[in-house]
Amino acid sequence: MADEPKEQQPSPVPAGDKPASTPAATPPSKPATGAPTGATPPKPAAPVPPKPPVQLQTPLNNELVTRVRAKFGAALVEAIEDRKQAILTVECGKLAEAAQYLRDEEKFDLLSDLTAVDWPKREKRFDVVLNLYSFVKNERLRVKARAGDGEEVPSVAGVWPTANWLEREAFDMFGIVFAGHPNLTRILLPDEWQGYPLRKDYDIIEQDTTWVKDNLGIESGQ
Amino acid sequence: MSTDTTTDARDKQQTLLGADELVLNMGPQHPSTHGVLRVKLKLDGERVIGSECMIGYLHRGVEKIAEHRSYQQFAPYVDRMDYVAAVSNGLGYCEAIEKLLMVEAPPRARVIRTILTELQRIASHLLWLGTHALDIGALTPLFYCFREREEILKIFEKYCGARLTTHAFRIGGLQYEAYDTLEKDVENFCKAFEPRIKDYEDLLTQNRIWLGRTKGIGILKAEDAIAMGATGPVLRASGVKWDIRKAMPYAAYDQYKFEIPVGTTGDTYDRYLVRMEEMRQSRLICLQAIENIPAGPILAKVGKVLKPPPGEVYHSIEAPKGELGYYVISDGTVQPYRVRIRPPSFVNLQAFDQMARGHLVADVVAIIGTLDIVLGEVDR
Repeated sequence: MADEPKEQQPSPVPAGDKPASTPAATPPSKPATGAPTGATPPKPAAPVPPKPPVQLQTPLNNELVTRVRAKFGAALVEAIEDRKQAILTVECGKLAEAAQYLRDEEKFDLLSDLTAVDWPKREKRFDVVLNLYSFVKNERLRVKARAGDGEEVPSVAGVWPTANWLEREAFDMFGIVFAGHPNLTRILLPDEWQGYPLRKDYDIIEQDTTWVKDNLGIESGQ
Repeated sequence: MSTDTTTDARDKQQTLLGADELVLNMGPQHPSTHGVLRVKLKLDGERVIGSECMIGYLHRGVEKIAEHRSYQQFAPYVDRMDYVAAVSNGLGYCEAIEKLLMVEAPPRARVIRTILTELQRIASHLLWLGTHALDIGALTPLFYCFREREEILKIFEKYCGARLTTHAFRIGGLQYEAYDTLEKDVENFCKAFEPRIKDYEDLLTQNRIWLGRTKGIGILKAEDAIAMGATGPVLRASGVKWDIRKAMPYAAYDQYKFEIPVGTTGDTYDRYLVRMEEMRQSRLICLQAIENIPAGPILAKVGKVLKPPPGEVYHSIEAPKGELGYYVISDGTVQPYRVRIRPPSFVNLQAFDQMARGHLVADVVAIIGTLDIVLGEVDR
C-alpha cells in the first residue's frame, strides 16, 4: 500500500516459470535455511529436516492412488507428494468425473478451496487446483487439472456447490471457463472489466483504464 | 418467523391485487451489512424468495500483491483481510511459510502464539456478539462486549504496539519477547471474563425477543453446510464436530484440553450458543497456556532472505470465522510464485441465499450477522 508500484522488483515470471510439480525440480544447494541449529533451542520439538538436498516432490504410491489409477487409468496424469501433502493431477476433461468419484467413493466430502495458478510458459498454462478434505479419514488431498488458454474445464459445482463462487473467482481472476457452471460471471471485479488480473502477464499496476474513466471519472486509479 | 398460516389468505389477496415480486437493494452502504456487502433481495411482500450477494467493493488484489513482495513483506498485508482477527491471519500465514521452508517455530513461540490467537478469537467473537445483538435490537450487549474487547486489545498493544493490524508474529516464531506481565494480564482478563460471559447470557440466552428473532431463523442442515463448504462455528452449529485445532493440531493446541461445542438444528440461535461456548473454551485454553510457557528462544533460525525450496504447501488454521487456508507456491526465489488465501467469510457467505429464502426482510439482518463475515476478507 505504502510502496509505490514504481519500485517494483522485476517480475518473477521468467525466473520462476517452472511447474512446481515437476519431480525433477531440484532445490537450491542450501535448502532449509532455517533449521534451529546450535545449542540455543534446548530441545527442538520435532526433528529438523535432513541437510542433504532432499527431493521434495516424490512420487506417491498409496492405496488411494492405486484405486484412483485403477478407476481412471491414464487420466491420472501424475501422483506426487510435496512436503507430505498428496497431489493428484488428472486429465482436464475428467476433472468432474474424478471429483464425483473422490466425493462419493473416497469420502472427500468437503471442497475446502478451488483456485488456479498461471504458468504462462507451459503449453497448458493453467493449473486448476482443488483442495479437498475428508471428515471420515481426516485427510487432505489436492487435485489438479492442467488447462490451456481458452480450454474449457468441467465445472465441479454439481459435485460440491461450494465450487460455484470459487469457480467464479477463478474465472474472474484468470479467465478460465468452467463448462456447466450455473452462472459464470465475474464476482469480485465489475462485470464489464476487461482483463484477468491474476494472470502473470497482467502487470501489478495494470488496470482497465476505459472502465476506470467511464465509471469513476478519473484518468487512473493508481 | 413463519408465515405459513397466513400464506393461503395472502396468496388469494395477491392474486386479487395483482401484487408482483419486488427487488430490493440492500447495501453496500447499510449499517447491518457490516461493511460493503450489497444484497439484491427478491421479495414477495415481506418474504425473501431469492437473493444475490454482490461483493468485491473492498477488493484490493491481495493475492496479486503477494506475488510482488518478499515473504516477510507480505506478512502485514494478511492482517488487513480479516481486520478484526489480524492475529489469526498472521498465524496462518507464518505457519504456511514455515511449512514451505520446513522449519518449526520454537515451543515458546508456539505457546505465546496460541495465547494471543485465542485472545483474538474471544475479541472477534465479542465484536460479532455486540454487533449481531445490536442489529437485532439489543443495544446493551454492544457496550459490554466492547468493554471486554478493549482489555484484549490493550494486551495486544502492550505486546506488539498495535491494537488491530498487529503483525504480531514473524515467519519462524516471534519478533517480540513476551512482556513481563503478559501472563498476569491474561490471567486477570480470564478471571474477569468468566462472570462477564454470564452477563451476556443473562441478557440474551433466555430473552424472549432474542429467542423470537434467532430460533428457527436461517437454518442450515449439516449436509447442506458441508456441501456449501461452510466451516467454523457455522458448520459446528449444524452439528458437525470439526475443528482444525483438534483435527489437525497446529501451534500448541495439542497440549491443551478443550471441548468443541456443537449445535443441533443449525439455526441462528445455535450459532449464538456455539460461539458463546467457544469463548469459554478459548478462555480455558488461555488459562492452561499461561500456566506453563516454556523457556527458550522465540525465533527459529530462518535467515534474513527467505528462499523456500521450490514446491507448494496448503496450510489452514481454525480462524474465528472458520477455515482460513493459505496455498503458497514457491519457485525458489525471494517472492512467492502464488499465494492463494482461502477466506472463511467468502465461502460461508455463499450459504446466505439458502439460509435467507423464506424468511422476512428483518431476518436478513439476523442472518448476515450470524454468518459473522468481514468484508475485508470476503473481497481481499
